[in-house]
Amino acid sequence: MTVISRDTLFAYVLRHGDDCLILSQRLGDLISRAPELEEDIALANIALDILGIGRLLLQYAGELEAEERSEDDLAFGRTEREFTNLLLVETPNGDFAHTMVRQYLFDAYQDLLWNRLVDSSDETIAGIAGKARKESRYHLRHSRSWVVRLGDGTAESNRRMQQALESVWRFTGEMFIDDEIDRAAAEAGFGVLPSSLSDAWNHEVTTTIETATLSRPDDSSIRTGGRDGRHSESIGPLLAEMQHMYRSFPGASW
Amino acid sequence: MVYEGHGAPEEGSEPTGTGRTGWPLWEVFIRQRRGLSHTHAGSIHAPDAETALQNARDVYTRRSEGVSLWVVPSVAIVASDPDAAEEFFDPAADKAYRHPTFYTIPEEVGHM
Amino acid sequence: MTGPERFQSILDEDGKIEPKDWMPDGYRKTLIRQIAQHAHSEVIGMQPEGNWIARAPSLHRKAILMAKVQDEAGHGLYLYSAAETLGVSRDELVDLLHRGKHKYSSIFNYPTLSWADIGAIGWLVDGAAITNQVMLTRCSYGPYSRAMVRICKEESFHQRQGYEILLTLVNGTAEQKAMAQDALDRWWWPALMMFGPHDADSTHSEQSTAWNIKRMSNDALRQQFVDMTVPQAQYLGLEIPDPDLSWNADTSHWDSGPIDWDEFWRVVKGDGPMNRERLEHKRKAWDDGAWVREAAEAYAAKHADQPRRVA
Repeated sequence: MTVISRDTLFAYVLRHGDDCLILSQRLGDLISRAPELEEDIALANIALDILGIGRLLLQYAGELEAEERSEDDLAFGRTEREFTNLLLVETPNGDFAHTMVRQYLFDAYQDLLWNRLVDSSDETIAGIAGKARKESRYHLRHSRSWVVRLGDGTAESNRRMQQALESVWRFTGEMFIDDEIDRAAAEAGFGVLPSSLSDAWNHEVTTTIETATLSRPDDSSIRTGGRDGRHSESIGPLLAEMQHMYRSFPGASW
Repeated sequence: MVYEGHGAPEEGSEPTGTGRTGWPLWEVFIRQRRGLSHTHAGSIHAPDAETALQNARDVYTRRSEGVSLWVVPSVAIVASDPDAAEEFFDPAADKAYRHPTFYTIPEEVGHM
Repeated sequence: MTGPERFQSILDEDGKIEPKDWMPDGYRKTLIRQIAQHAHSEVIGMQPEGNWIARAPSLHRKAILMAKVQDEAGHGLYLYSAAETLGVSRDELVDLLHRGKHKYSSIFNYPTLSWADIGAIGWLVDGAAITNQVMLTRCSYGPYSRAMVRICKEESFHQRQGYEILLTLVNGTAEQKAMAQDALDRWWWPALMMFGPHDADSTHSEQSTAWNIKRMSNDALRQQFVDMTVPQAQYLGLEIPDPDLSWNADTSHWDSGPIDWDEFWRVVKGDGPMNRERLEHKRKAWDDGAWVREAAEAYAAKHADQPRRVA
């Protein structure tokens, strides 16, 4: 493997790891705040699955670098500009409608992603994807059923769900934009082109939105920048909180 | 002890059994592994069957407790009456001849 | 045999009472009250530890803590289910909690101020809870006893992970060790208070003992906990904040100093450091979720005619 493709591999693994890490950080805040005890437990399961995959990816990313940073170094030692997660996953927690819409739109994407990455030429990626796709399939089942239930529930739940859709929709386009890393990863055989997931995602999401008696927002506004480390302001406080111990007690083990 | 009340119960602290009930209750049965029957694990609340199944999965199989789940609306369970336990179950007690150990087979015959 | 006769004969044989059995009204009420308090405690107990999920110092610890807080929700759920077999609904019990009519363990009215508190809670608070719960696995009410068996099985990891956190801290920097000592200083006495008033001042004990709900006295359980914990603290090299703590060779037990019962009653009555915050957090989550619960019911009603799936 050439040095250049190793850097690409690192960046590719890292961005998917960051998606998981940041989303699990958001979900972790919701435990004890769900509408029912059963859902507290369900959200914690999802958060744990996603954190688990995030850790595997960050550990692997660390192995790929010359500096050999640990998962914790990567999670807690980087600044906002060095995080390459999608903007969607960092959107601050709102009501349960927001939680489920964000989760559903992301689950639908990740489920497609893992289903493709099981065929990655990189054995480690393929292995992680094999584990992740079982989990994402369940997450998708869970969030999809909530989207349908709340969309087609009461007038209020329908209004809240539509509002949540309108609020996060502008962050979904970013999931399907190919950049240099993606193109190089796809060409090398270890990654997939995000744009190649778009049709299937649109089909899944459009069908569900219809079943949920919601309307699909228009695509006029697309926010991007996460993959280049150009984030929304909300990731700053998230990282400050998440990285507090690592930065307050440099070098300590826990 | 930890969860015992301290002092006399406060007024209005006794549930009346008439308050709102929320989502219906479901009984959860788990097949621990293939080849075994489903056994009762506990219960959960859920608005519908689909959610009940998911809640049962999330609550009761976090530590690999099962490979298959049943959920049954608790109201669908028909239970025998403890007051009828004697007539239901005691008559079986004196029929030792239903059990293999009741019979003596000579050792020379071997395992039977 | 009449219902009351059968009830007594089951207790005499140390058997289990099941939901449909006849039981005295007082037995039912005592159990509902106790199981509900126990359930509320598990659920409120999610908050002090949940306070550190976002700031867990490593991803490894974050995953463990999330799983642990999730377990507390599960334990609350199992317990509410046990209470529901006695003819009350979970919603009604939760409502009594939200209206301040039901209590929960006062230990959760103390704040978690450092990462070491997560260790101390696992080690001391879960340790004390386990001492109590192991006894409750033998309680006479079947559903409560079964819930305790499941909970004890799951909880054994909680105490171990707490001790491991502290073990890491005392072997770390001076700052980390000081953090561990500070946590022990703050959690020791509240942990001892978890066992409730001294036997002489314990109002319900006698009847609960006769009903085989309570199998050991408050002071006996507290003593068991102290005897178990002192050597563990010594191994950590931490000092228990009790100048009167001493080994009694005659009784082969650790004698401890007086508990500040004024503080205990103050917190029980609602004036602890976090009483208001805990209830407000809980109520807010419940109120925020009202539209979700209603919508799910409305959806279920609309689609009730759809065939159920066969598992």
